[in-house]
Amino acid sequence: MIKKFDKKDEESGSGSNPFQHLEKSAVLQEARIFNETPINPRRCLHILTKIIYLLNQGEHFGTMEATEAFFAMTRLFQSNDQTLRRMCYLTIKEMANISEDVIIVTSSLTKDMTGKEDVYRGPAIRALCRITDTTMLQAIERYMKQAIVDKVPSVSSSALVSSLHMVKMSYDVVKRWVNEAQEAASSDNIMVQYHALGLLYHLRKNDRLAVSKMLNKFTKSGLKSPFAYCMLIRIASKLLEETEAGHDSPLFDFIESCLRNKHEMVVYEAASAIVHMPNCTARELAPAVSVLQLFCSSPKAALRYAAVRTLNKVAMKHPSAVTACNLDLENLITDSNRSIATLAITTLLKTGSESSVDRLMKQISSFVSEISDEFKVVVVQAISALCQKYPRKHSVMMNFLSNMLRDDGGFEYKRAIVDCIISIIEENPESKETGLAHLCEFIEDCEHTVLATKILHLLGKEGPRTPSPSKYIRFIFNRVVLESEAVRAAAVSALAKFGAQNDDLLPSVLVLMQRCMMDSDDEVRDRATFYMNVLQQKQKALNAAYIFNGENTHCAPSLNLRALVELTQKPFDMKSVPLANTPITEQKTEFAPVATSKLPEKPGPTRQDIYQEQLAAIPEFQGLGSLFKTSEAVQLTEAETEYVVRCVKHTFARHMVFQFDCTNTLNDQLLQKVMVQMEPSEAYEVLHYVPAANLPYSQPGSCYSLVRLPEDDPTAVSCTFSCTLKYLVKDCDPNTGEPDDDGYDDEYVLEDLEVTVADHIQKVLKPNFAAAWDEVGDDFEKEETFALASVRTLDEAVGNIISFLGMQPCERSDKVPENKNSHILFLAGVFRGGHDVLVRSRLALADGVTMQVTVRSSDETVVDIILASVG
Amino acid sequence: MDTEPSLYTVKAVLILDNDGERLYAKYYDDTYPSVKEQKAFEKNIFSKTHRTDSEIALLEGLTVVYKSNIDLFFYVVGSSHENELMLMAVLNCLFDSLSQMLRKNVERRALLENMEGLFLAVDEIVDGGVILESDPQQVVHRVALRGEDVPYSEQTVTQVMKTKLKWS
Repeated sequence: MIKKFDKKDEESGSGSNPFQHLEKSAVLQEARIFNETPINPRRCLHILTKIIYLLNQGEHFGTMEATEAFFAMTRLFQSNDQTLRRMCYLTIKEMANISEDVIIVTSSLTKDMTGKEDVYRGPAIRALCRITDTTMLQAIERYMKQAIVDKVPSVSSSALVSSLHMVKMSYDVVKRWVNEAQEAASSDNIMVQYHALGLLYHLRKNDRLAVSKMLNKFTKSGLKSPFAYCMLIRIASKLLEETEAGHDSPLFDFIESCLRNKHEMVVYEAASAIVHMPNCTARELAPAVSVLQLFCSSPKAALRYAAVRTLNKVAMKHPSAVTACNLDLENLITDSNRSIATLAITTLLKTGSESSVDRLMKQISSFVSEISDEFKVVVVQAISALCQKYPRKHSVMMNFLSNMLRDDGGFEYKRAIVDCIISIIEENPESKETGLAHLCEFIEDCEHTVLATKILHLLGKEGPRTPSPSKYIRFIFNRVVLESEAVRAAAVSALAKFGAQNDDLLPSVLVLMQRCMMDSDDEVRDRATFYMNVLQQKQKALNAAYIFNGENTHCAPSLNLRALVELTQKPFDMKSVPLANTPITEQKTEFAPVATSKLPEKPGPTRQDIYQEQLAAIPEFQGLGSLFKTSEAVQLTEAETEYVVRCVKHTFARHMVFQFDCTNTLNDQLLQKVMVQMEPSEAYEVLHYVPAANLPYSQPGSCYSLVRLPEDDPTAVSCTFSCTLKYLVKDCDPNTGEPDDDGYDDEYVLEDLEVTVADHIQKVLKPNFAAAWDEVGDDFEKEETFALASVRTLDEAVGNIISFLGMQPCERSDKVPENKNSHILFLAGVFRGGHDVLVRSRLALADGVTMQVTVRSSDETVVDIILASVG
Repeated sequence: MDTEPSLYTVKAVLILDNDGERLYAKYYDDTYPSVKEQKAFEKNIFSKTHRTDSEIALLEGLTVVYKSNIDLFFYVVGSSHENELMLMAVLNCLFDSLSQMLRKNVERRALLENMEGLFLAVDEIVDGGVILESDPQQVVHRVALRGEDVPYSEQTVTQVMKTKLKWS
């Protein structure tokens, strides 16, 4: 009965596609036969199929042509051909967003939805709900309610699912159908049950009590549908998580009982829910793990995949719980589905012993090229974790990683490998040379600028300290010849570091620099000129300041400025160049600042830049100079009080500005002339208050206080302020926000605000601490020993010192190696006014912690301040 | 699960031919909003799956279950947090329904000659990302497509009988 397609097509074999060369305009032309009487169902059906096929291929229909075709299609409702009618519903749904005035079919659909023909009713409901909006929905509400409880499952399901789609748009209307949905939930049909449960949950999800009641009811009565069980398990585990109920909760018992359900889908859902629960202990995990273990030998690939993927997650937190499955996992290594095999191996890597590592690695390398990038990243992560666990295996890993690095792969994959190699180098000094050699080889042919600059920076940092630095020079200089500007600039910086640290290489480096000075790019040229001049001075102090530690200290754009200074030899105050305030975490971002300065994705303005701009706009704060440091916000009130106030401390050369961000949480009050009065405990002098004029309900506003730091006593770095919020209250209408004319003064006591030594010091990362230490020199060096009786571990002591002084730990010295009872911590910073401060702190663990602090700075007062505040 | 419990399970249903060309594609959310992104995704999916005989993969952060038959590739796509077996249920239902409708002739040409049957079947299996039905018998029954060689009148009678039997 279906129209045979063109004979020719049929003869040309299976390669033909009757829809292949469809022209939209030709199809729309054909659609005119919709208007012919009598209707020819077969031809019309074929044309509708073509239209839907075109829409499905992503063909674009203009509003005009779509509307025209849509209106012609509406005539087809006169035909009683079943398939044709069903295709009309589909066309309505597909065109709902393209055509105009689709609502004209509402009455036809309503008729079908309530008619006798069951085959029409379900699809008609779904089409109707697709084109209905909130106002029209009320007109069909009665029919919807009836449909939800209809005894024909397809009708009821259709109504429930359509209601679910409409919850987003018309929550208030759909909410009224809860009773009908409740009734549908006790239907015998498994899909109706599932859909009803889904709708009920969506309507009630914000009411925890109602959800809990609903769970209680359904978990007791028992359901037939495996889908509904899965949904119940999800709801139950979410509720468990929210209420932080323990594992003795009946909900947990319910989930555990689902492990014995006869449907694999339900069993898996329950096992997965248990595995994903936070704070699960080995005892609760055991039954879940044992069902997953059974699934590992299932003939269904999807089930094996699901099981091993979940076991892999368990292994991250509880490797010992998975050890029992090792044998089953071993069998999966040869699985024909490579995703399953990879997951099995990475799981084994987490749970297995050191001796099995070699074998597993060999297995992976046999098929690593066949798996998708996502899984390759999983493999790399597993290796990375393994290296930390078994540092002695680093040579096997390094070999493997270097092979992976040579294969094809996307950016994410390569980056994961490079990060992994870098972390191995940092953890294992003996692997440094091999690692650097692999990375050198990689940048020879690397299309990712970010990775190339990152590696060049690492080479510059680590290369000069290796036994034979000269071999890296060739790789670096090749970059200068072959790569893009950003990479060339990074290569020049790396070269300079070699020249600065290795005297015998210096002459050759200078020759190379000279060539770089003829580069076509400004940045590369500037850097080369700058480094050339610094290197020619042959002064250790200059090298330390401008080559090893210079880059991170000052904003990248100022690099050119510095080059200019070197050339013109004019006096120039370096201290007026603001410090780069990237939040420095040594591990990852230390490579970034200079290397990325030329990349298209420029970093946005930092938090401090934003504050600087805001403050500069206030007339009272002009003439304070550039902003030195901005602290993190400090809460001065409890979280849920009438007024919420937090303070941000801005430090300038001789002043501090306190910014109070206030929020009024009372909707019947308008506050005016809001300010925070401050009473200092030391010789700090409050110069100005800048009040916030208006503080309406829930709109945050800021007021400021300007404080002068005591000039005659520079050692007074800490001070406590008692603070009081003062304001004029005007009562107002909670609904309109209209205030009364009269108000009264009131005040509100805030918590005390502390200024500490950390507020005067800006963190600075010195990648080469020793060089910086020599550069500052021992003119103002002081040393003192303290006993920290209350501190029990070195880790704790290190943490305390860092947070107290607010300085940047260098050389990864913030990490205390395990099982050591002495440690040296290196800290660097810049004191207010621009003096470098370096602290070397030797810690020894005996009963408490004994700490010998050595401070160096370019200014004696600063040294005294630090020591005084530590003591 | 870190996601909200929800009935929205399926992100896409795809059928590609053995050149990786789209025969059918229905996306239920905005993971791939434009046709260009969709086609790129389909290309990636096809290149990763057409040579292997396995039935599940993780691609672009999504779980993809698939099945191939002669010159057709069927895919069901869901979030990586989704229960893989649910997605599998959808895939099996789609395949079995088509297999019945096409009288076990699940191949490209037969499918192209019955596109309307495919459209209607998928519409009965998944609605806006929600699994509407997972039983192929029900789907075939609801699509109620007339077979080519069964006369119209006879078909209706069988159908009426079936309906009677089902709901009596």
